[in-house]
Amino acid sequence: MWTAVCKYSQLEPGRGVAALVEGEAVAVFRLRDGSLYAVGNLDPFCGASVISRGITGMRGDGTATVASPMYKDVFDLATGVALDAPDVRLPVFAVRRHRGVVWVAPDVTSQTAAGAELLTEPTLVT
Amino acid sequence: MSPSQRTVLVVGHGMVGHRFVSSLLEHGHPAPDVTVFGAEDRPAYDRVRLSSWFEDRDPASLRLEPYSDGGVEVLSGVAVAGVDRAARTVTTADGDVRGYDTLVLATGSRPFVPPVENHQAPGCFVYRTLDDVEAIAAYAAEPDRTPTPTRARTTGVVVGGGLLGLEAAKALTSLGLKTTVVEFAPRLMPLQVDDGGAAALQARIAELGVTLHTGTRLDKVVVGEDGAATAVQAVRGDDVLAIEADLVVFAAGVRPEDSLARAAGLDVGERGGIVVDSLCRTEDRHIYAIGECALAADGRVYGLVAPGYQMAEAAAAHIAKEAEDRAFTGADTSTKLKLLGVEVASFGDAFGVGDGATSATYSDSRRRVYRKLTIAPDGRLLGGILVGDAEDYGTLRALVGEQPPAAPEALLLPAGTAGAVSIGPCGLPDSAVLCSCHNVTKGAICTAIHDLAGQGDGQDDGEVTPKQIGGCTKAGTGCGSCVTSIKALIKAEGGGGSSGLCEHFSQTRSELYTIVRRDHITGYAELLAKHGTAAKGVTDGCDVCKPAVGSILASLGGLLAEGEAKPHVLDGGQAALQDTNDHVLANLQRNGSYSVVPRIPGGEITPDKLIVIGEVARDFGLYTKITGGQRIDMFGARMADLPKIWQRLVDAGFESGHAYGKALRTVKSCVGSTWCRYGVQDSVKMAIDLELRYRGLRAPHKIKMAVSGCARECAEAQSKDVGVIATERGWNLYVGGNGGARPRHADLLATDLDEAALIRTIDRFLALYIAQADRLERTATWVERYEGGLDRLRSVLIDDVEDRGAELEGLITAHVEAYTDEWRAVLEDPVKLARFATFVNAPQAPDPTVAFVPERGQIKPLLTLGRR
Ligand code: SRM
Ligand SMILES: Cc1cc2nc3c(=O)[nH]c(=O)nc-3n(C[C@H](O)[C@H](O)[C@H](O)COP(=O)(O)OP(=O)(O)OC[C@H]3O[C@@H](n4cnc5c(N)ncnc54)[C@H](O)[C@@H]3O)c2cc1C
Ligand code: SF4
Ligand code: FES
Repeated sequence: MWTAVCKYSQLEPGRGVAALVEGEAVAVFRLRDGSLYAVGNLDPFCGASVISRGITGMRGDGTATVASPMYKDVFDLATGVALDAPDVRLPVFAVRRHRGVVWVAPDVTSQTAAGAELLTEPTLVT
Repeated sequence: MSPSQRTVLVVGHGMVGHRFVSSLLEHGHPAPDVTVFGAEDRPAYDRVRLSSWFEDRDPASLRLEPYSDGGVEVLSGVAVAGVDRAARTVTTADGDVRGYDTLVLATGSRPFVPPVENHQAPGCFVYRTLDDVEAIAAYAAEPDRTPTPTRARTTGVVVGGGLLGLEAAKALTSLGLKTTVVEFAPRLMPLQVDDGGAAALQARIAELGVTLHTGTRLDKVVVGEDGAATAVQAVRGDDVLAIEADLVVFAAGVRPEDSLARAAGLDVGERGGIVVDSLCRTEDRHIYAIGECALAADGRVYGLVAPGYQMAEAAAAHIAKEAEDRAFTGADTSTKLKLLGVEVASFGDAFGVGDGATSATYSDSRRRVYRKLTIAPDGRLLGGILVGDAEDYGTLRALVGEQPPAAPEALLLPAGTAGAVSIGPCGLPDSAVLCSCHNVTKGAICTAIHDLAGQGDGQDDGEVTPKQIGGCTKAGTGCGSCVTSIKALIKAEGGGGSSGLCEHFSQTRSELYTIVRRDHITGYAELLAKHGTAAKGVTDGCDVCKPAVGSILASLGGLLAEGEAKPHVLDGGQAALQDTNDHVLANLQRNGSYSVVPRIPGGEITPDKLIVIGEVARDFGLYTKITGGQRIDMFGARMADLPKIWQRLVDAGFESGHAYGKALRTVKSCVGSTWCRYGVQDSVKMAIDLELRYRGLRAPHKIKMAVSGCARECAEAQSKDVGVIATERGWNLYVGGNGGARPRHADLLATDLDEAALIRTIDRFLALYIAQADRLERTATWVERYEGGLDRLRSVLIDDVEDRGAELEGLITAHVEAYTDEWRAVLEDPVKLARFATFVNAPQAPDPTVAFVPERGQIKPLLTLGRR
């Protein structure tokens, strides 16, 4: 199931928002190049729900990242893996833009279930 | 940009439409919803270099840079068929309807085809698009259908002997066609060159094997049995000419593509072109027109790309609601022919039509060189025509409007001729525009050269390439005529390296500060593009450089501010740069909640205000504590409650205490002469004055101050970045103190200062620290490593030996003038307020991870994991 999160234009390039997706807190980012990422909002190192408030970035090899605001652990946005502790990872969510609206689904595999959902425009909380 | 302008539709994805979208993205925030319709089947490409397709036949090499924001919707192969101004919608040729807040018409031109007989016969082409050149090449290569096929097409005629026609003629010869140019005017390139120039040009064109018929009018296209073109018939004086032509290319001028606007009832000029004002707005405030389809405010339709780019920028700036509008009121029409072996350029007032203009001419028909410069009565260079030798076109064009550094006669002589003076780009002032396509000055190009050399990533043993310069400044990526000058500059400049901030910037914080201040850079994206790794494809920074640059921009906010606009750390592009605490203007606590610290200047507070703090803390269930900085901290605030808490505090007259910022924290005071029996000056008043002067001033690290009323030093001023201790005769000033993990006693900088001298010296000290310190370096370490030591620092700050006192004070004055309470500004701005929602799709839902348990009559965080 896809959840409508917000309008794409509501997202500020480089800054994240937190969203509730089927009861779970998800950090959604629109990067400066326009790409979208969604990962779990809970920082596994401290247990606070703060990843969406981190600073996004790009490593020299093109890896898109977010640094947790708490103790500055940096995560790979595409895989969720903590760069300095590869055994720790954030859950990664499916995210897409359709008709100006950003949608998130609980996990990457649910992408195929999209079709029917997308026919209706969601009502958005603004 | 107001939310009502967010949906921007662009019709036409040519060079100007592309530039408009790029420019709008550069302006940035909040990000608009942009959709671009392009009738051509491919995204925008470099039409100016269209003829170079014949060299590599690779359309990809003409592609224009993809947008920095992948969110722009580009619909290639989708033509817009109509505009409904009342409904504010457009309809595509396929019948799709799209709404807009702002519509930008960038539909360019259509080639003008004289309505002669058979002008649409097979074999007749225009020369405008990649499709056109591909079709021309394919048609020329088609074999005939006889049993022993030979090349069917051997001859070509180009109608029109202007810039475009000559390019087309060159292209046809490169396809192996015997080519003739038919031009109605008595000479080639009638718009750009005079008779003398045309004679030299004609001789050079003939060398390419092209036959020329000037003063000749096309009569009709003659077709064969199959209906395809075989020849053209033309008239010269009393003669009727029949010229063989398997291919006919019309390059007889263009007409503004204004049909959508006409149908929508918008004003168009007598000879076409959508009427716009200097901001490129049509009479309908929701519709803009830019590029070749527009009739600019100066009553002209421009058929060149540079004016189109300037219009794109004017429209983008206006739509993005920049503080300052960039009006387009006219442009330079300098041009250079881009044919290998034929150098022709014309620039400025080429014909010398200005009042009292005189000219100097050099003509050598043997070598087929013709050069002419036009000069104003006061000696300024007005323009010129260069044929056969246009090597110094870039330099001369940049000198238009200036007093040339040498006599025009000397500049006129081709290089190598006795007496010739060649100034070269190095002799130009920094302000001279070297790349007129992209309006890039010599100074900006030199900066880029230095930056690239500093990064040490130049190719070929450290050499910076023009391509890299183009990557960061755009210079040279338009018509290419300035590349020679850029190469010369690269040769002349050089550049050393430096120890950089992070992998995205090779510069130190202090160097970046200098760049931002000097070039008035107002955004991170611009800095990364011009001086960071963006040119190398690493288009985003990291949690080191972003907050550092955010801090520089904030420190310089007062100076960079334009007009009434007060800069704010949570403004558009800046909001994404802010570190942990600045991100929401509060201090993050271990469970994801925040603390709130209102400013209590000098530690002085009325009972009423104390009561307000108590009430706010009670009503929002916050933990309260008196801090080591003489004020009160309230802990455990949920992010979504921050605006509500601050609304109460602001209403009661409180301001942000910047406990979250690398900025002035507190100015601690002792009670001073008003009450204390030993006090010699009013330390409380001084502390309050200092705190109000420097509040909000962002710096490389936090700044703490204190003022003691006498030598007993109850305020611990000698442990502060700036410490002030009262004397009988005035104030002693200490700098560079620190508590924390590595305590340092402050150094005595000056004694017995009066109030004005005290403030002036602190102004200069702080401004110099902000300009020179490294990222996250406190004054203590900076003072310790200051070159020349404390004595030197003293002579710079007090005796002003470097003559920069005024510049340093200027920063603080600008800061004081631009200061507004950060939190009040947030409360007044719905865009900023929206960011405090816990969840974007459920703003009211509480964050379940923020929970508390009681302790000693107050709360403390309930931790799930704790610190790792
Ligand atoms: C609240 C307070 C402790 C208290 O309960 O009294 C405090 C709390 C924090 N201090 Fe402090 N410091 C507080 C006074 C001090 C003092 C004493 C003073 O200012 O008189 C010092 C030593 C003096 C000095 O700075 O030179 C002090 C030296 C530090 C340091 C070490 C700085 C250094 O140069 O070594 C840090 C770490 C840093 O800034 O990198 C720090 C960092 C912090 C931070 C901001 C840590 C953080 O990043 O979250 C704490 C968060 C406060 C919050 O959440 O509101 N705090 N801190 C004091 C707030 C003062 C105020 O009203 O603004
Ligand atoms: C061969 C050649 C050489 C040139 N050399 C130079 C030079 O040296 N220097 C110089 O300054 N200029 C030169 N020019 C001119 C320069 O290319 C133009 O000034 C520039 O491209 C104008 O840009 P534009 O965006 O206004 O129009 P265009 O680039 O023409 O773009 C307009 C686009 O809008 C599309 N469009 C039109 N109507 C619709 C519709 N209803 N719906 C959707 N899309 C639509 C068109 O298909 C087209 O792609 C040259 C041009 C050519 C053809
Ligand atoms: S230092 Fe002096 S002025 Fe300050 S409180 Fe102590 S005695 Fe009073
Ligand atoms: S002048 Fe055209 S690219 Fe520089």
